[in-house]
Amino acid sequence: MKLLFLVIPFSVFSIEIYAQDTTNLMNQLLKESATNKTFYTQSTFQYTHVINGQSVENLPKNVLDVRILHRFGPLSSGIYNFFGLDYSPFNVKVGFDYGITNNIMVGIAHSGYQKTYDGFFKVKLLKQSTGAVNMPISVSFVPTVTISTLKREQIDPSVKLDPGENLERASYVLQLLIARKFSEGFSLQISPTFIHADNMSYYHPDRDIFAIGIAGRQKISKRLAVNAEYFYQLPGTQAPGTHNVLAFGIDIGTGGHVFELQFSNSFGLTEKSFITETSGAWDKGDALFGFNISRVFQLGEKHRKADWKNK
Amino acid sequence: MKKKVLMLLFLFTAFRWEAQGQIFYTKNGNLSFFSKTILENIDASNNQVISVINFQSGSIQFSLLNNAFHFPKAKMEEDFNENYIESDKYPRSAFKGTISDISNIDITKDGTYQVNVKGDLAIHGVTKNISVPATIIIKDGNLSAASVFHVLVKDYNISVPSIVTNKIGESIEIKISCTYEKK
Repeated sequence: MKLLFLVIPFSVFSIEIYAQDTTNLMNQLLKESATNKTFYTQSTFQYTHVINGQSVENLPKNVLDVRILHRFGPLSSGIYNFFGLDYSPFNVKVGFDYGITNNIMVGIAHSGYQKTYDGFFKVKLLKQSTGAVNMPISVSFVPTVTISTLKREQIDPSVKLDPGENLERASYVLQLLIARKFSEGFSLQISPTFIHADNMSYYHPDRDIFAIGIAGRQKISKRLAVNAEYFYQLPGTQAPGTHNVLAFGIDIGTGGHVFELQFSNSFGLTEKSFITETSGAWDKGDALFGFNISRVFQLGEKHRKADWKNK
Repeated sequence: MKKKVLMLLFLFTAFRWEAQGQIFYTKNGNLSFFSKTILENIDASNNQVISVINFQSGSIQFSLLNNAFHFPKAKMEEDFNENYIESDKYPRSAFKGTISDISNIDITKDGTYQVNVKGDLAIHGVTKNISVPATIIIKDGNLSAASVFHVLVKDYNISVPSIVTNKIGESIEIKISCTYEKK
């Protein structure tokens, strides 16, 4: 009789254990998978560029991005020029960016202003993450080379080029991008920048210029974000008559496309020209309207598909 | 009396031992889903599905990380995580349920069993009760399970903007295939 009393609670207890064992084991497995895994922060910015400048985002591997950037004339050109929309000249940049790996991308582009070609490569050094590896920031390094192909006779007299002086067509830009996604909607980036300017497209008394960029992104909805971007040139190296570039933009993403409407005081579309050669001032109404269009294409798709299906 | 208690303890440990032998788990089960429309087929796969089956109680559980799905296009993967499943807000999808007629399955013998699994499927912050057919195969002491079923995108509060409705199916086919280890 005593035995029976003992057996009954035990069997009830055992049944409970069965149900608990499932959940316990499940929890244990979940815990293991969470501590062994590193969760990388996704989409700190919507796109590989904030407005004019680079963001910490990279293109994924084998993705080609075709970019068309357009800058109209200044709002201060008045109603006769429809506030810059039918102002001439306008500036167009056409670029092709490509993701070599998920962490390294390259890009080439041509822009009409100063007839420049530029090429860059961007490599991710640190990626913001939580989990097994806890990293508070993302860091990327971007070197850019810009070559102006202006003919000697087209060079602006204000550049004060000596008649016998050799043309140095190349400018070099080194940027470190340090970014953090603070919340689902808000990200901030600081970009220390060093620029060695060419000697023919603008008058730079000091051809080595230091600047610090600050850029922010605030999401409004899943597909809409507001960006702001400012580059502060250290006063000692800033060319006289130039202003720091300030830009505001709205990003509209629709799966494969990014469309960006923006206002900025810069006409130039290469790092060297918008950071160090912006002559427009916001307070004089020199802000101008522009848009950026991006369309991405997945290359090597079949290969990749076969690859993951065999796993 | 001492003898009786000892016997009982022994019986209990044996019982416990048996219970242990009836639990199976996997850390790398496969779940893929497929969306088909005239414009685009989307095919994604996740190889890190965690699952536990308890043959004593018939309970079965699944859990997976939403950001561990691989898509043929990088942009699809980004869109899936950012705009549809919202992996930051809802990192995991999970299922908790029971296998019907679990007592019919003899895990010591080879065999294929058609069963029905009922339970709660939690995706994107929405939990829905579902009932799906599944196959359990026991071969040489190894256990594997598979199931194919459909879920509706709108059931789980996932909104698809009208601009891409032609590219994303209303009903998504889900395929699960897991090979389990004995605990």
